[in-house]
Amino acid sequence: MIELSDVSKSFTLHNQGGARIEVMSGASLSVGPGECVALTGASGAGKSTLMRLIYGNYLAASGQIIVGGVDVAAARPREILRMRRETLGYVSQFLRVVPRVPTLDVVAEPLLALDRPADEARDRAAHLLAMLNIPKRLWSLSPTTFSGGEQQRVNIARGFAHDYPALLLDEPTASLDIANRDVVLGLIEAAKARGAAIVGIFHDADARERVCDREIDVAAFSPCASGVAA
Amino acid sequence: MTPLLQVRNVSKRYGSRIGCAEVSFDLYPGEVMGIVGESGSGKSTLLNCLAGKLTPDGGQVVFDTRMDGLVDTLTMSEPQRRMLGRTDWAFVHQHARDGLRMGVSAGGNIGERLMAVGERHYGRIRGRAADWLDRVEIDQARIDDRPEAFSGGMQQRLQIARNLVTGPRLAFMDEPTGGLDVSVQARLLDLLRGLVREMGLSALIVTHDLAVVRLLADRLMVMKGGHVVEAGLTDQVLDDPQHAYTQLLVSSVLQV
Repeated sequence: MIELSDVSKSFTLHNQGGARIEVMSGASLSVGPGECVALTGASGAGKSTLMRLIYGNYLAASGQIIVGGVDVAAARPREILRMRRETLGYVSQFLRVVPRVPTLDVVAEPLLALDRPADEARDRAAHLLAMLNIPKRLWSLSPTTFSGGEQQRVNIARGFAHDYPALLLDEPTASLDIANRDVVLGLIEAAKARGAAIVGIFHDADARERVCDREIDVAAFSPCASGVAA
Repeated sequence: MTPLLQVRNVSKRYGSRIGCAEVSFDLYPGEVMGIVGESGSGKSTLLNCLAGKLTPDGGQVVFDTRMDGLVDTLTMSEPQRRMLGRTDWAFVHQHARDGLRMGVSAGGNIGERLMAVGERHYGRIRGRAADWLDRVEIDQARIDDRPEAFSGGMQQRLQIARNLVTGPRLAFMDEPTGGLDVSVQARLLDLLRGLVREMGLSALIVTHDLAVVRLLADRLMVMKGGHVVEAGLTDQVLDDPQHAYTQLLVSSVLQV
């Protein structure tokens, strides 16, 4: 479902003397349906960079990134947008929303983008918000003023609204209490059971133990490790 | 899928100065594209060339019309282009007063566009106008008030209602949130996003506000000195800019 082969990434800082920073090279990875792979490595090793490359948020310097048949490294914007709508969900660490939009609509949005009926989308959103213990009185408010943990749960609800065949999860259990952490791990297990391919970053070792099938240390993809000068 | 708008090598010079140079892109139905760049980068010139308000020196602008399929809007007759401007196209000006008739009531401003496409039944026109006031969150009781009596944000929403009442397929927007308070901007952004989705509208949005494009635009084109220096998926261009100018632009934004 998610196949990376020989992916490299560099940044050229044109306004800082044209410095070229190699951050990744030779990254290869294959995640099949129903599988959850954890990315590990020290802070700054490139875990988030790899996730952003898969999502098409960062432009790969070379290599192939195939998600559900689309090569993200070479696809046109509208192909990537379609892949994001239909195939690949992304739970980032931060919630980014249009101000003023009610929480219920923020969560229902991925389904509305797929032209699902509004009632069905809101029902699904309500179900997820209730599961994640967001009090009903908050559903009509914009999540911009919510606490960090509440925003994180809204973000997760949104990421699980549509049954994406593939998911990227960036620290989905960070800043959650035990009960909510358990709900989120349950959602991940359910997604795996229906055949979703998942790549995640989990600093929480117990969570990783419970839902991940494999670990990949991204240090192996550092340019130094593969012999390319940094 | 056929692109709604195919732009090929559109150029415009003002004497020896470049307005915009060799701009090409395709816009597909339902897509929203942002055009960013500093003042004088040619983004408004480009928008005006595409919308038929300026005549480019060269190039092609092919639009997929509802009535006649693909037409080159640069070579079509003036009456045809004016008809397009009232049916399939919408143009939202930065200053609402440029897009509204200030001496005509709010209802009249919306109704005028309906009459321009042949609607004659007064009750129906008034009904549609009231319905649109509602959609852009203006109290229906204000239907007989003139836009002069409206706040800047309300005027802008009225301009949007006037433009969208005939169900256009492509909206040209020139700094639609410029000059508005941030709280009013947020409301307008939310409204525009909703309308774009409900109506399956495509839009070209010229702005210098990167936050606006991040929230509204699927794709982004960055202009400098009349040239497109970078184009791509909005979040990719903003988070991983490739061109020196885009990097400068992105790094110049104040963090809130």
